[in-house]
Amino acid sequence: MINRSTAPEFKDIEQVKLFEPVKENLSNGINLFIFNTDAQDLVRIEWVFNNISPKGSTPLLNMALGGMLIEGTKSLESAEIAEKVDFYGAFLQPEYSFDHTSLTLYVLNKYVDFLLPVIKDILTNSIFPEQELKTYKRNNRQSLSVSLEKNDFVARRVFNKTIFGDNRYGFSPDLVDYKTLEQEPLINLSNKQIVADNCTMFVSGKVSSEIISSIHKIFGDEWERTGEPLEDHPYIFDINPNETILIEKNNALQSAIRIGCRTVNRAHEDFSSLQLVNTILGGYFGSRLMSNIREEKGYTYGIGSGIGSLKHSAFFTIATEVGINVTQATLDEIHKEMDKLRTDLMPIDELNLVKNYMNGAFIGSLENIFSHVDKFKNVHFIGLDLHYYTRHLQKIKESTPEDVLAIANKYLNFSEMSKVIVGKI
Amino acid sequence: MITFNRFTLSNGLKVLVHEDEATPMAVVNILYDVGARDEDPDKTGFAHLFEHLMFGGSVNIPQYDLPLQRVGGESNAFTSNDITNYYITLPANNIETAFWLESDRMLSLAFNTKSLETQRNVVAEEFKQRYLNQPYGDVWLKLRPLAYKTHPYKWATIGKELSHIEQASIEDVKAFFKKHYTPQNAIMVVAGDVKTSDIKRLSEKWFKNIPAGEKYNRSIAREAIQLEARRSIIEAKVPVNSIYIAFHMDDRSSPSYYICDLISDILSRGQSSRLFRKLLKEQELFSEINAYLLGSIDNGLFIVEGKPLEHVPLENAEAAIWTELKRMKDEPILDYELDKVKNKIESTMVFSEMSILDKAMNLAYFELLGDADLFNQEIEKYRRVTAEEIQETANRLFTKENSSTLLYLAKKDD
Repeated sequence: MINRSTAPEFKDIEQVKLFEPVKENLSNGINLFIFNTDAQDLVRIEWVFNNISPKGSTPLLNMALGGMLIEGTKSLESAEIAEKVDFYGAFLQPEYSFDHTSLTLYVLNKYVDFLLPVIKDILTNSIFPEQELKTYKRNNRQSLSVSLEKNDFVARRVFNKTIFGDNRYGFSPDLVDYKTLEQEPLINLSNKQIVADNCTMFVSGKVSSEIISSIHKIFGDEWERTGEPLEDHPYIFDINPNETILIEKNNALQSAIRIGCRTVNRAHEDFSSLQLVNTILGGYFGSRLMSNIREEKGYTYGIGSGIGSLKHSAFFTIATEVGINVTQATLDEIHKEMDKLRTDLMPIDELNLVKNYMNGAFIGSLENIFSHVDKFKNVHFIGLDLHYYTRHLQKIKESTPEDVLAIANKYLNFSEMSKVIVGKI
Repeated sequence: MITFNRFTLSNGLKVLVHEDEATPMAVVNILYDVGARDEDPDKTGFAHLFEHLMFGGSVNIPQYDLPLQRVGGESNAFTSNDITNYYITLPANNIETAFWLESDRMLSLAFNTKSLETQRNVVAEEFKQRYLNQPYGDVWLKLRPLAYKTHPYKWATIGKELSHIEQASIEDVKAFFKKHYTPQNAIMVVAGDVKTSDIKRLSEKWFKNIPAGEKYNRSIAREAIQLEARRSIIEAKVPVNSIYIAFHMDDRSSPSYYICDLISDILSRGQSSRLFRKLLKEQELFSEINAYLLGSIDNGLFIVEGKPLEHVPLENAEAAIWTELKRMKDEPILDYELDKVKNKIESTMVFSEMSILDKAMNLAYFELLGDADLFNQEIEKYRRVTAEEIQETANRLFTKENSSTLLYLAKKDD
């Protein structure tokens, strides 16, 4: 008979080596990072631009730039771009995030050459046609009006505004903001932001030498720099947001809760330790918040915490949706769990479990070559290199219950955090 | 192309192994051949509630997640109307822990009443979060019973109503386990940095002694052919109107499944698709429009849904959808457009091979349909679809008699 009561022997988790890209410079100065692997016949090519905000402009302009990048150029209509991308079975995704605007192309190798000239046209000749802008505004307003009915969505908006204040990180558009969007400022922003001077490229997958030379030619030799400086306004976070905001929804069955604050980003020496503490509190299925509030009390379908690292700041947040009758009880339990991390040394067994979980999750997050690129981008854009991850894993490994206590005291202070509740209390 | 080895244990458990050395991880995916369609009409939502209970401890292991997290692993599951699928991802060198955990909960659960109580609450909150406290969240609670009159697809996996979940007893739980969670009712796929010989040894060690149990034979009557158009109008506190039209289609294993899938791609996949182009961009009638299949194993539904712009009368929006569907029926599709949707299918298939979890889930699902190798034949089945078949199927599908239409009317505040 086998012994079913005892777990099989545990083996140390061997760390994988992160993929070190080959870096090349295009003749116009663009950095190209190549992640070549011998796998499926496909590539992902990314063009990443830092967001810039000329004086007096609204962050909505940055969002619209991302949203409308593939809506028409001097020579190609929106419909023609869509037709080409779809015909070659490709996926072309413009994306806006707090710090960057990017364009990502997923394509089978055999079709790369058909699409690179289209991308070049998009990056250099986009005109944000009036008609498409009208559609963009109309549809975004309508989908925003739907989202505004979702408590969780509203809680996130209010939370960002509360902790970051009046800048790109704190901004979420209101319905009326779309009225102010116009073509001219969009073109101006594009001419300043979507330029060779501000572009970083990543190519990953089965990257042939032909693809690399096409990139050199089309996005290097044939793309001139503007030579203009890149404007961005400074980020000032002069608010101290330890407030509680309740947005009452009379018909709510559940309340959406967000609790958190600004915190240190990846470049800070405490970041890895903070990630460890975050994982213990709410970063995995067995976390203290999940164990207590879902598995023990059944107040919610899910509760979690996370840290977002940005270029000029970072945030810590706890998010959940809970029954209206247990909203206050949930807040109290969150408070208790945070305090417990600050007052009680955690059991070594639990700490070891979290360390192993994080190790496993780390290699699990490196599923394919694209995930290696994402890991690289996380450090590259904040001025670090891949050695960061060696230090990170080492730091997690060496952490003691005393370290966890100290970090929790330094960064997790319930009374200093913003609490946003959308629903009923 | 996904390669695999396959063997069956003496108790009927099927095991498939996909070796992929490119990753240091392994996936253990176990599909149980039970879904919401196997539920009693008075105890709906049970398959899904049961999925939650599978994480509440088994006969020899009080806590499921802890030992898995300790070896660097993670686990989750989902329930559909057809299947319940559990998966573990963990560093390959600790794979035996997954065998230990999965075999113990297949042997027997702990049937812990505290766990049942908690998970009833958790699922009730899930019901509220996803179905009741969201605009349009209850659409499937309304559309399913409109389209299906007898088949158990008429209820959603979360269940017909909260009360069914609240009334679940520990006796129900035990009976459900005995009936459905047997080795012969399961398919296990192991993928990643593993060797078939090791998986065979581990499977025999941990799973071979689990009793085979009784074979569950499903007998669900086919939904009768729908003979007249159905329509339901809900006035709800939603910000904008919304249209859902469901058409009955064939089952997952029928050749017409591929035809229907391509029709939905022609209509709404990508920004060059017909509904997006015509109704959203050119005629400016909708802010969102989509066509897709529910992809169920028994006779399924083809769905068209859209949100008309505020100033557009619902009947105009609805008529515009029908005009595009009529075009699919009247005009043969050109080679160019057919090639386009097939190219997209091809690249999607290649991309799906980049993830061992996706590969494992696909192998398990196609093994359930009859043979895991069917997955490798998918692309060819799509390639073979002709323009005539598309037109013929569109004519069969898109009739008023075969349609169930659900309209949400935005109730304005007074």
